This record gives sequence, C-alpha cells and structure tokens, in this order.
Amino acid sequence: MISPSPDKLPSAGLTPAQLERGVSPWRDAWHRLRRNHLAVFGGVVLIALSLLCIAGPWFSPYGYEQTNLDNTFSPPSSAHWLGTDQLGRDLLTRLLFGGRISLMVGLVATFVALTIGVIYGAIAGFFGGKLDRAMMRIVDILYALPFTIFVILLMVFFGRNIVLLFVAIGAVEWLTMARIVRSQIMAIKRMEFIEAARSLGLGTPRIIFRHMIPNILGPIIVYTTLTIPGVMLLEAFLSFLGLGVQPPMSSWGVLIKDGAERMEEYPWLLIFPGTIFSLTLFSLNFLGDGLRDALDVRAAKD
Amino acid sequence: MFRFIARRLLETIPVLFIIVTATFFMVRFVPGGPFDSEKATTPEIRANLEAYYGLNLPLHQQYTNYLKAIVLHGDLGRSTKYASRTVNEIIADKLPASLQLGGLSLLIALVLGLTAGVIAAVKRNTKTDYAASSFAMIGICVPTFVLGPLLVLVFAIHLGWFSASGWYDWQDRILPSLTLGIVYAAGIARLTRGGMLEVLNLDYIRTARAKGASEARIILKHALRGGLLPVVSYLGPAIAGILTGSFVIETIFQIPGLGREFVNSAFNRDYTLVLGTVILYAVLIIALNLVVDVVQVWLNPKLKFE
Amino acid sequence: MIRPLFGLLALVTAFGLVTTGCSKKSGASSNNGEKILRVGNGAEPQDLDPQATAGVPEHKIQSTLFEGLVTDAADGQGIAPGVAESWEISPDGRTYTFRLRSDAKWSNGEPVTARDFVGSFERILNPSFAAEYASMLYPLKGAQDYNTGKLTDFSQVGVHALDDRNLQLSLTDPAPFLLEAIKHNAWFPVHLPTLAKFGGIHRKGTPWTRPGHLVGNGPFVLTEWRPNQRIVVRRSPTYWDRDNVKLDQIELHAIENQETEERMFRTGKLDYAYGLPLSKIEVYRREHPDVYRQEILLSTYFYRFNVTRPPFNDVRVRRALALAIDREAIVKNVTRAGQQPAYNITPPSARFAARTTLDAGLPDQPARIAEARRLLAEAGYPDGKNFPTAELLYNTSDGHRAIAEAIQQMWRVNLGINITIKNEEWKVFQDTCLTGNYQIARAGWGADYDDPHTFLSIWRTGDGNNQTGFSNTDYDRILGGALSTPNETARMEAYQQLEAILARETPIMPIYFYTRVYAISPRVKNWVPNPLDLRGWKWIDLAP
Repeated sequence: MISPSPDKLPSAGLTPAQLERGVSPWRDAWHRLRRNHLAVFGGVVLIALSLLCIAGPWFSPYGYEQTNLDNTFSPPSSAHWLGTDQLGRDLLTRLLFGGRISLMVGLVATFVALTIGVIYGAIAGFFGGKLDRAMMRIVDILYALPFTIFVILLMVFFGRNIVLLFVAIGAVEWLTMARIVRSQIMAIKRMEFIEAARSLGLGTPRIIFRHMIPNILGPIIVYTTLTIPGVMLLEAFLSFLGLGVQPPMSSWGVLIKDGAERMEEYPWLLIFPGTIFSLTLFSLNFLGDGLRDALDVRAAKD
Repeated sequence: MFRFIARRLLETIPVLFIIVTATFFMVRFVPGGPFDSEKATTPEIRANLEAYYGLNLPLHQQYTNYLKAIVLHGDLGRSTKYASRTVNEIIADKLPASLQLGGLSLLIALVLGLTAGVIAAVKRNTKTDYAASSFAMIGICVPTFVLGPLLVLVFAIHLGWFSASGWYDWQDRILPSLTLGIVYAAGIARLTRGGMLEVLNLDYIRTARAKGASEARIILKHALRGGLLPVVSYLGPAIAGILTGSFVIETIFQIPGLGREFVNSAFNRDYTLVLGTVILYAVLIIALNLVVDVVQVWLNPKLKFE
Repeated sequence: MIRPLFGLLALVTAFGLVTTGCSKKSGASSNNGEKILRVGNGAEPQDLDPQATAGVPEHKIQSTLFEGLVTDAADGQGIAPGVAESWEISPDGRTYTFRLRSDAKWSNGEPVTARDFVGSFERILNPSFAAEYASMLYPLKGAQDYNTGKLTDFSQVGVHALDDRNLQLSLTDPAPFLLEAIKHNAWFPVHLPTLAKFGGIHRKGTPWTRPGHLVGNGPFVLTEWRPNQRIVVRRSPTYWDRDNVKLDQIELHAIENQETEERMFRTGKLDYAYGLPLSKIEVYRREHPDVYRQEILLSTYFYRFNVTRPPFNDVRVRRALALAIDREAIVKNVTRAGQQPAYNITPPSARFAARTTLDAGLPDQPARIAEARRLLAEAGYPDGKNFPTAELLYNTSDGHRAIAEAIQQMWRVNLGINITIKNEEWKVFQDTCLTGNYQIARAGWGADYDDPHTFLSIWRTGDGNNQTGFSNTDYDRILGGALSTPNETARMEAYQQLEAILARETPIMPIYFYTRVYAISPRVKNWVPNPLDLRGWKWIDLAP
C-alpha cells in the first residue's frame, strides 16, 4: 500500500532531504536494514517461526485434536517435548497449529486495521475542515459502540467464518491508528516540502502516499507493532463469544489464557506458549524498529 | 480556540444521539433476552416480566420513552439484572473505584512510559535503549490476565507485602494499579521513543543544538513537544479506557468498578445498563478526543484549530 | 512545555491520593472475641428481596435475613421448624395447617403472623409484580390461575390465615415434597408495611432492601451492602431462636472468579471458598485435606439430542452416541472432582436409584461400545460411513469445552463419526436451545427440591425445559399420575417407569452427576453436607 517509487519523482522543488533520498532509496533502506543486527535477527526468527508453524505439524506424530486421557498434564518429556495439556494432547503440536491461526490473525487483521486507519486518517488530516470533522465524529461513534454486542450481531447475521474475525478486529483496531495518522499528517502538511509538492500541481493521492506517509512511517510502524499483540489476544476473547477458532483447534491467545489459569500447577502450559508469543513480539519490534530506522529519510544523512 | 471548542461541544449532541440510537437497536437484535435463565420460565411469567419492565411495548415507543427519560430527567432507567438498582445508581456506585484504579494506573503508566521512552530515544541503539525498550516489551508481551496473577503470587502470596484482592485499604490498590499501569506504560514508552526519534533529527533541534542549548533543555523543551504527538493521540482513547475500568483487572482483584459492568451488562442482556455504560464511555471518549485535539495544537504551533 | 505535563501529573497524583484517602475501612475481620465468618458467595446478588430473585447466591443471603415456615435442619438432612412450630397434613395430602410460634418476630419487634404469609404469597403471585419464581407456589390451589391473570380474587387461592397463628395451605394435587419446597426463598415472608413505605408492595427494586431499611425475620440482620464487594449481616436481637445463633457476624463476599476466590482463601481473607478451580482440586486434595471438601450435589450434566432432526430422530443413533462415550474416563481425567458417571437423569439418593438405565445389560465399556457400533450399523451407518454432518453445541466455558473435545474424540475413535463442536455465548446459547435450533446441546439440571420429580417433570411434552422435542404419551400419563399416587413406594415406582422410558428413548445423554468441591477453614464448625447446598446459618459456629 505504501509504495512510493521515488525514482519517478521530479526533483525540482523538493527539499534537500527529499533529494538526498537518491535514486534507489529502497536499496539503501535494504542495506541499512541488513546492517541492523537486531532487525535481521527479528526477521530471521519470524520467518523461522512461520515456517515451523506451517511445516512443523507435518513432522509431529500427534494430531492437535488427539487426546490421551491416561496421560494428561504430563510435564515435558522425550515423548512430548513440551508436555501435554488437560486432555493429554501434545502441547508442541497444538502450539504449532495455534501459531498458524495467531500469526495469520495477527498479521492479516493488523494489515486490515493498518490500511483502513492510515488511509482514513490521512484523508481526514490532509483535507481538514468539515470533512475532517465529520470523519472524526464517525470515529468517536465507532469508539463508543459496544464491541461485544457488535461481534454477536455480526455472527447472527453472517454466520461464523474467519473473514468475519478480521472484520470484527479490523473494525475496532483501526480507530486509534486513524487518529495518530491524522495528527501526524496535520503536523507535516504545512511543511515546506509538502507546499512545494502542492505547488508542482501533484495530485492529492500522490502527495499523501508518496510524500507525506513516508515521512510519518515511524509512529505508524510503532503503533502497528503495538496492535499485533492486542489483536492476537483479542482473538482469544472472540473465541469466547464463539467467533475465533473453533475447538479442538487452538490459538496462542487461547493457549496462554488456559495456561494462565494453571500457572502454579502446570507451569509449562503457560511458559511455552508465553515464550513463543513473546519471541514473536520481540522479533516484530526489532524488525519494526529496524525498518523505521532504515526508512527514515532524515536519519539517512547521519 | 473557544469557537473551536464550542463547535465541538455542539457536534457532541448529534454524535451522542447516533450512539444511543445505534446501541439501543443493536442490543435488541442480539439473540437472548434479559429473562432467559438456566431454567426456562413459563410464557405467562415471561410476559409478566416483560410487561413490568415495559419491554412489551412496541420498540419505537420504548425508544422514545427511553430518550424522553434521559433528556427530561437524566434517568438512565432501571437495570433488569440488578433489580434493586437504577442504572444511575450503579454508575455512581462503581465509577469511583474505576476512577481511582484508572487514575493511579495512569500515573504509573505516564511516569514509567514517558521516562523509558525518552531515555530510549535519547540513548538510541545503545545498551540503555535496549534495556528500556525491553522493559517496555514486558508490558506488551505479558497480558494483564497473566501479569495480574503473577504479581499476586509473588507480592501477595509469597512475600505478603500487598493484598491479593479486595478494594478496602491502600495495600489493595498497589497490585491492580501496577498491573494496569505497566501495560499502558509499555505502549506509551514505545510511542514516545518512536515520536522522539522522528523529531530529534529535525532542523529546529539541530538549530537549537548548534546554538549550544544544553542537551536536557533540548530534549525537554523542544524534542518532547513534537515527539509527544503520537502519544497524545494514543492517550485520548487510552485514558477513556483506563478510567472506565478494566474487566480483567477488576475480576482478578475483586474490585467493585465499572469495567465489569461494561462486559457483563452485554452478557446479561441488561439493555439499560449497556446503554448507560455506553453513554458514559461515549461522553468520555468525545471529551478526551477534544482535549487531545486542543493539546496537539498547543504542542505544535504549526497546527491550527480547523 | 514540560510544566503543564507536570501539572497533569500532579493533578493525577492528588486525585489518586484524595480518592484513596476516602475509604479507610479495613477489609480484614477484627477479632475482638467476636465470631465473624467470611464466606465466598458467588455472583453479586440481583436483589435481596426473596420474592424477586431466583438465584443461589441470593438464596444464601436471604436465608440469613428471613425465615420461612420451616428451615434447614442442623444435620443438613430434611427440615426443622422455622416460623411454624408444628404442622398437620390432611390424610389426602392436600391440606397443610401450620401453627406459627408466638415468639416469631420481625427485626423491628413486630410479631410474624399468618397474615404476613398470606400477604407475601399474594405479592409473589400477583401478575403485576412479575416474579420470576412465582411458579414455585403453583402447587397451591388457584395459584397458577391468579399468577396468569385468569383468577383475580386472591381469596380463592389456597392460602388462608385461620387466625394470627394458624396458616392453612390447600393444594391442587398432593405434593409430597411440599415441606422441602417451602424452604425456598420464594416462600419466605416479607414485611409488607416496610415495602409499602419504600415505594409499594408490588414493585421490585425499591430501596426497602438497603441496610437500615430492610426488615426481616431471620437469625441475622443486614448491616452493610457494598455491590460487587460484600454483604455483612449481624445476629438479630429479635430472632426467636437467638440463643442458638452462634455467629456474631457473617460477611458474604460477591466473588465470581474462582481463581480470585481461592487466592483470597489462601491469604486468609475467607473462611470458606464457594468453589475451587479445577487446577487446584488435585493440590488441595493432596496437600490440604483438612480444608478440602467434596460433596454430592443433586445435579446432572447431560447432552440433549434434538429428536426432531435427522440423524437424531433415530433412537438407534441417539443410543449409539450415548453408549459410545467413556464416562469413567471423563470423570477421572477431565472433570476430576469425584463426579459419578451418569447413565440416567436422576442422581441416586437414599430414596431413589434408577433401576433401568441407559447401560442396562451392558456391564462394561467394551460391551457398550460394541452395542453402540451395532446400533449405528443398524441405523445405516456401519463404522460411521455416510454419517451426516452433525454439530455439538455448548455454552462457552473451559470445562464444557474440555468435555466436548474429549467426547468428540471418543465418538471419532469408537464410532468413526466426525462431529464438529461449537460454542456460543450463554444467552445466545439459551436462545438456540429454546428455539430447538441445534442437533446436540450441552445441558445441566439442578434439583429445586429433594425429589426425583424435579428431574423427571421437565421431559413432559412441550415443557419449557424439555427443548429436545421428546414427546411420549406413556411418559406424560405416568408423570401426570405420579403425584396422586397413594404412597411414597408407588410414587417411586412411577419414577422408575419414567426412567425406563428415558433410558429406552434416549432423548438425552446423561454424562455425570455433579459434585461440589470447596475449601473451608477447620475453624468453621457444624458445616454439614447438603445435596442442595442449603445452609441453616444459625447452626454454624466458628472455633476461636
């Protein structure tokens, strides 16, 4: 979505900062990202985790639904590397299957929220005036509507399916993103380089997406990395309402919630899902910070 | 600015009206009613109950009655679940605990979050940054329903310093405020760091530096100002959420706050209580987003009241 | 710029301090020689008005504040005299005459009279009061008609004050369990002048139930009610049996979350935890046997089949599914609280144990599975082949989910059929069950009184709690006659026939009989087991 191709930008009238982005800022950014060890680490871990969740279950001798009532709550062992749960199911297998759901929900729903939030916020911030006021009042309204009721109604009218999950989550998570983007856009829209782009007669979408958004990527990336864990845990609440994953399938959010209730007696049920969840979030944040640094048009000068 | 605020306050009326109307009809279309219970009552008894609460009237009439009561008397109606209390009473009873919890949590969140965020940004990509950022990550990776019981286990059960639950003494306030505060501190720290980094390289900071202003002055006077923009946008809705209570925290720590009513009223199909809590939340959200917009202009003189 | 920020912080700090300073009262019980019992009591009570509520937490509080004609016995078995010191039952079992004791007093000192009961019963049956549990009084002659508006003259309802101290109840049919049933809070008397003073007799939710207003006739009086925190009651100076009341004060804490409740118990803030979380049961059983209690509760966990929808309109399919699950494994490894496997609906008691159950003639699990496979093949689904898609519905809860997941696997392994499971939020779930829009649904039923009738009457054709579509003329006929049978033996025999029909037709699949697991401090004395979890609070004592 944010796909500026600045090599096509006319150089006249741009600020020095814009000019200095050079002919191939993406390659520059890529180089800078690769030099950032933490970001590389984050990226590698994320890819490894995703591959593990996709392919891992094929190598597991157990199914995620396969119970063994004679071997419940068994601690980690050579047969069950991460132990078993309440019904004697292999935690590792369930964790990997759950990862598919959680990673997908976390990434797709966040992407939905990100897309709506950025576009909405940018439009409101850029045009300002009556349009902005109307759009922000709509945001106020959506903030206030009761989420539980909204989700139950969604299910009543549309049945349950995974798309609905993204709609439900996307519908609430974009609001703060929109407000953040709006305030940032308003802050930079009177800066010289934007005025310059305007005076060149560039189209509004072009100004917003090629000139403004690349300059506010920092907060967007940070808030995105904050949204992902929220979304993954929200999925556990939606499962409570009957929308999220259907048992016996599981997700990280649900596994952590179950583990939290038994943390004193069967700590591995919390520790392993918690660890993999944290590892994912740490990696995402490292990668996010790295991306922010790499794409920072101003820091590039240093 | 006063025109701006006055206009916004005026806009609040249609916004609230839309929220109330949408919520009123949304709750009615949700399956299940306030009088469904484990043991089904006879149709006659159910009819009696519905008549008692006026739920047998045509929906549009219930709607106008409801609006009339609010506008004329500020009366939010009677709870069907807690038969002996009106919605006004329930909110008055439970808001104070939520405000206390929220206020303390907010304090913790702001102090920890801003400090960690500023330090991380200034000492960017050093060990200090990683330490501060990792601390913030704890709040992001550990959800409240894990952090709360964990803190209780360590500080209440094993060390015996604070209470495990309840809402009577000052000892009761520590752990829940800390739990809720740390979570929001994490978000604030991340956003502060991000926002500061955007600003630290801007020309006016460089100019200030070139003029030989002290680093502390640069950071506090100049950098924070622009760097706080995203945090402030985030804080509007976050404060509304914090002040109206948290379902998870109030459940874990046995706090008589409003957060539980937000969630439970929907589960109980307690229509009037759902509406009452929604109205309260809406007022807070609208007010805080207005405050945010004012603060933002004041933080960044380049913005104008539009 | 930084100044206003600090200003904001200062404001928040001040706010925090001021508001914190407001409530200085301590939560811990003071122990200056007083006996103060602190108990977990489940959900926040909807109200304290005994005629406006139907829940268990409310009942527990109300039974400290009010007393009916009879009350719970000290040993937890049967009844003890309450406001009535004696009673007579007519030979046809249709007329009960209670003699009220002369020293029964309201907490404001006025005597409790027969007229108070008549007025209270009129109140709960009055249609404009819209009491949820008015049906508890339907055994009274004319009560149902009065409650549904068909009868407007209350003097024709079967409750009369012969004088101040003699109360007569007339029943439509004999109700052998009436004395058990009238322990329920729906039958408690209320002080009508107090109600009138605070907004009217036939209105719910008036402030008459607030501390300082509430007038009751029980062993304790209300002194504090903090919503979502606790209710405090102190011994009543006017209660007729006050010399036998042992506790000075009871604090009933509203705690819905069992983990929280257990932590409060562990940190010494409670003397009694209403329930233990599943994960703690093992630990308490092993390490704290002195506080761990496990008791029978008259309740059954089962699944409903929707007998109007294929494939469950075929009794062979229903029986196959009901036989193919390993109940022993479920109670031992999943529910883990000493529940008993159930093959019929009525929990066994000293008076009744079903003779013909689902597993009749099938002594062990292999035999049951073999029979299940045979039935399924006979129904046209050998080894589960071609079995249509089916769904098992439960209301969201970790416990229900675990059981459903285990059963789903048992069906898959033992019968080769694949049944999906689905959860719904509680009220949506109830709506789905009431409208019969399911195939298999999770259910539970707890006794309202100690008689099999409470479990068997709901399978009557069209009963609001049947919800399976099950309809059997023999069943309806035997059930209709059960209460008019001449004696207990004949009545129990009728119940046996009803159980046999249920076992044969299998509209429901019983899974286990509940137990109640809780923790209680060894200091608490006279806390006796009761299959309905009812308490005579006045008997309970606290060792120093």
